[in-house]
Amino acid sequence: MTELLQQLINALALGAIYALIALGYTMVYGVLRFINFAHSDVFMVGAFAGYFLARPLGSGSVLSGVLVLLGAMVICALLGVIIEKLAYRPLRGRSTLTVLITAIGVSLLLQNLGQHVFGANPRSFPALFPVHQFHLGELVVSSAQLMVFAVAIVLLFLLRHIVLHTRTGIAMRALSFNPVAASLVGVNNDRVISFTFALGSALAAAGGILYASNYPSIDPLMGTLPGMKAFVAAVLGGIGNIAGAAVGGLVLGLVETTVVALGGSTYRDAVAFAVLILILLLRPEGLLGRRIAEKV
Amino acid sequence: MPARPQLVLLGALLLIAVLAAFSGGANPYFLDIAVSCGINVTLAVSLNLINGYTGQFSLGHAGFMGVGAYVAAVLTTLYGAPLLALAGGQGWLLFLAALLAGGMAAALAGLIVGVPSLRLKGDYLAIVTLGFGEIIRVVLQNIDAVGGPRGLIGIPAYANLAWAFGLAAICIYVVWAMVHSTWGRGFLAVADDEIAAEAMGINSTRYKITAFLVGAFFAGLAGGVYAHFKQYIAPQGFGFDKSIEIVVMVILGGMGNTLGVIAAAILLTVLGESLRQFGDYRMILYSLLIIVLMILRPQGLFRWPGRGRTRP
Repeated sequence: MTELLQQLINALALGAIYALIALGYTMVYGVLRFINFAHSDVFMVGAFAGYFLARPLGSGSVLSGVLVLLGAMVICALLGVIIEKLAYRPLRGRSTLTVLITAIGVSLLLQNLGQHVFGANPRSFPALFPVHQFHLGELVVSSAQLMVFAVAIVLLFLLRHIVLHTRTGIAMRALSFNPVAASLVGVNNDRVISFTFALGSALAAAGGILYASNYPSIDPLMGTLPGMKAFVAAVLGGIGNIAGAAVGGLVLGLVETTVVALGGSTYRDAVAFAVLILILLLRPEGLLGRRIAEKV
Repeated sequence: MPARPQLVLLGALLLIAVLAAFSGGANPYFLDIAVSCGINVTLAVSLNLINGYTGQFSLGHAGFMGVGAYVAAVLTTLYGAPLLALAGGQGWLLFLAALLAGGMAAALAGLIVGVPSLRLKGDYLAIVTLGFGEIIRVVLQNIDAVGGPRGLIGIPAYANLAWAFGLAAICIYVVWAMVHSTWGRGFLAVADDEIAAEAMGINSTRYKITAFLVGAFFAGLAGGVYAHFKQYIAPQGFGFDKSIEIVVMVILGGMGNTLGVIAAAILLTVLGESLRQFGDYRMILYSLLIIVLMILRPQGLFRWPGRGRTRP
């Protein structure tokens, strides 16, 4: 029983990180209808930004940890906006395939620039937050896991507030519903899209730092697998659906941890893709998605 | 299209045989690049059938190549002795059989990927094929009999220039002939507008499966030739990076433009070798190339005016 609960805690921590990254995929898909392949590398940049910010800002206290987190989020938000402006905006209105290939190009560019600038060797990520193991009976919860829960919950509620109750959030939803109609009623589509990229990239940065706090080794290619899995989480929950991304992340974390606990750890990376293929076969609209009739 | 493509194929094969016969004294470095060109042309042209002519988007072509490479290599390496006896001691016969077996296995993998992916389009299909490619890699890494992550060593060197170029010629011929046949117009119809094609009575599902099947088959053959030329294969060599490399060849050449794709495959193979001295910058240039190309020339580098198909 303790074993089960312990695995559940681990699964939720992993799932919460997936959920944070998945939100970026889902929001961008919501407004632009394409998969931002580069998102997983923004996640990587977030982790590296945390690594370099931790030097001047210090690490080991809650305050400095939060400062590093916020700093990395701002850096990645800027990066997201720049990527959108330079690479995706010129392609507005082109076929999905063109944009998709460009996104793969941006992803490769970030990875290779990362390898050039940061070096290909893994670096060990500093402990940003105070390190402590909390014992609840026989259960062990690390402070890094607690931070995951705290940050994820705060960010999710913040995001919910932004999307549901601010003017920009309403504009985002209008844009995702119908871009032409949105611009007709005065929504500045370009600005809303920039904002969406900023928001999604900031969440990816938070995900990157939390991931690096739990698995403290970072390298320029670290984003690929978590990014893929987060994308699977977004599809699992229903892509374009914000609550779905959160649910999908948690479910995927559970499934992956279960497989590892059952002894299939060498197959852990294949699990996510198996889930993806199953969900696309059985329920392509995702757990919380709506089925949309195709118009001719 | 030439009037008699079969004759062109025969001529090409003859030329290759003559070329190969005189390649014995050639510089091994150049020979290596030439064989790589042949393999990459096969991979790119076969992917062009899926991504270009049929308008699907597969990101797992290296996975199919890996299946073919491993099946063929296992047959000639681990079961080499009894099978060679069965083939009457003829190495080329064993190699041919192993190649075909690898191609079949890859085609089967293509079928397994293709059937469930058919209801998906564009980016979803890309992700699922990518996922399948990664699953193949992970599974290969977990099979200890073929060396796991260390890779498979000691593969007999059956392949040479003639095999690589011959395969490329046959692949080009098959894809070209298929797409330019009356029946093959269905591929283009599916790519242009699937709904309209369906309304015209074209079974789009069948065309898509056929494209996946044939594309994967040739990728498997290319993998087999690759394995028996390099004499060493490892799962990492058939990962996402290789798939991207093939996709870039197709994009650069222009999707659905066989001649362009051949030119791009050769260009990138040679360029990749000559840029090796720049190390890191090579991949940075590569990725910048993709982005700039997509923004400025999404139809590919090689699109002659008035020739080939135009796409909106």
